[in-house]
Amino acid sequence: MSTTEQTTMNPEVVALGDPDLSFSFGERRTLMNFLQTVTLWILAGIAAIPLISVLWMLISRGGLRISTAIFTELPPAPFEQGGGIGNAIVGTLVMVAIASLISIPIGILGGLYTGLLNPDSRISALIRFVGKVLTGFPSILSGVFVYAWLVIVMKTYSAIAGGVSLSILMLPTVLLTAEQAFRMVPQRMKDAAYGMGCNSTQVATKIVLPTALPGVMTGVMLAVAGASGESAPLLFTALFSNYWIGSFTEPTASLSILIYNFSAMPYENQIELAWTASLVLVLIVLVFNILSRSFGTRRV
Amino acid sequence: MADKTKNAEPKVGSVSRPPTAFEYGYDKSFRILTLAAGVLTVLLLVYIFWKLGALAAPAMREYGLGFLTTVEWNPNKNEYGILAEIWGTLYSSFLALLFGGVLGISVAIFLTQGFLNARLAWVFRLIVEMLAAIPSVVYGLWGIYVLIPAIRPMANWLHETLPFIPFFSTKLAGPGMFPAMIVLSIMILPTVAAISQDAFKAIPMKIQEAAYGMGTTKWEAIRKVIIPTASGGIFASLVLGFGRALGETMALAMLIGNAQQVSLSLFSPATTLASLLASTFPEAGANQIGPLMYAAVVLLVITMAVNFIGTIIMNYTSRQTVT
Repeated sequence: MSTTEQTTMNPEVVALGDPDLSFSFGERRTLMNFLQTVTLWILAGIAAIPLISVLWMLISRGGLRISTAIFTELPPAPFEQGGGIGNAIVGTLVMVAIASLISIPIGILGGLYTGLLNPDSRISALIRFVGKVLTGFPSILSGVFVYAWLVIVMKTYSAIAGGVSLSILMLPTVLLTAEQAFRMVPQRMKDAAYGMGCNSTQVATKIVLPTALPGVMTGVMLAVAGASGESAPLLFTALFSNYWIGSFTEPTASLSILIYNFSAMPYENQIELAWTASLVLVLIVLVFNILSRSFGTRRV
Repeated sequence: MADKTKNAEPKVGSVSRPPTAFEYGYDKSFRILTLAAGVLTVLLLVYIFWKLGALAAPAMREYGLGFLTTVEWNPNKNEYGILAEIWGTLYSSFLALLFGGVLGISVAIFLTQGFLNARLAWVFRLIVEMLAAIPSVVYGLWGIYVLIPAIRPMANWLHETLPFIPFFSTKLAGPGMFPAMIVLSIMILPTVAAISQDAFKAIPMKIQEAAYGMGTTKWEAIRKVIIPTASGGIFASLVLGFGRALGETMALAMLIGNAQQVSLSLFSPATTLASLLASTFPEAGANQIGPLMYAAVVLLVITMAVNFIGTIIMNYTSRQTVT
């Protein structure tokens, strides 16, 4: 503290002397602060352990079996050696594609309504609210619902039923992120387009959709990533199959159900394949996750 | 000549004209299409409730509310009840919320309150987001072959030294509540961390600076100023994390042991509504479908109620921070 400042101070304060500003762990508050910081580092470390362990297991155990056979061969029977998970990879991709075909158009159109065409209406508020509630919809119930609705009617487990139940889980993510992206398009761009004489459809399809496309794609990719990893909705809609997919109306294999089935088997070969399938599944999910980031907008 | 073109230009080159009937119709039908897509989403939720309710109705009439307070699930004797499932669902989710919530909020503080430089924070944020990206079955597989063998010695040591504490009253023979709870808390951690991070980020810098200016230490500022200010968002994150935990299926079906019992013990096998559906539904006979649908409706009502509350809290708090 400089002398000029001291002279202007209240004499009583000066009489007390300068405060002790030295840093010392002897001070209770300093010590507490330090201990809490240490605790936080430990907790954060604990939070990171599972991921590191999971990744290590995937690479060290799942990586052992990676070969072309994995992608081209069918799952082995008990006691059989070798084999692959080709049909499950194809099945997962097919069902995610079906789910995308259903949920992406509906989600984007719905997002256009709530985000652009009629954002402040009561029905938009309702749609938004339903979207948020559906985000927390338990995935198993999507499977139960599609079983009750499609499987019973079609009298067979099928790739279509699996795709539909995945689409129910994708829809809210697509809708809500698309809406958010449409809202981020600057109002002046919309106003300029309206001022030029565009109608709502032209503003939506020629201005807002192209501008917001990166944001929309982020949501779409996140939804696809989530759907690829889902298993509960497929349990009793697509079931499982040991063969290549022949049509959309027959039971279909998927990676996640293969992992679930094989994890409970007492055969070493099947367990190894379950780890390899996990590695492939996590890679698929990560590819879509990375794609969602590559579109460059902040995730919502 | 020059005059002529000048006069003719507006007529020939004009781009303005009234929209044609086709353009009117196109615009109108596109707008209706977007509305239809939105309404379809609402109808989907309504239809789900209606469909599951209709299928569960016969079982609801037959078993009544006693269904909710019966432990037994015995298709051979046609006795059905889901008390053990309801207990297991709530108990596992509550425990997961306790652990996952503490970890998630810690991670959010860790990432937002300047404990890390920008690059390390990016890495750590990536770790947390990757935790959310790993599929449920993969956690289940990891739980069976890594987690259970790793925690079994510790669990059995706890059981042998402290058997009088109800939480440790049984041995961990394999699958059970404890491994299920750990995996469940890992799975809700990213949800809690992401939503409470947003709450922390929404706090204006000047509030923090005001606290420092009063002479608080970093942690006094966090505990007495930052956390109370973000409490609405933190609470919403916990409620939504709880909602996620309630509906989580595959990892639990693989790890919890699917045993029909109500027990406080962390090491005994248990079951949940979702894992009952996952493990029983595929092989269910016609007489089991009704009770299973009843169980599905109970799960639907519980999770929807929790998510409903969480969404409302979040809407309320986000509106508060904006104004």
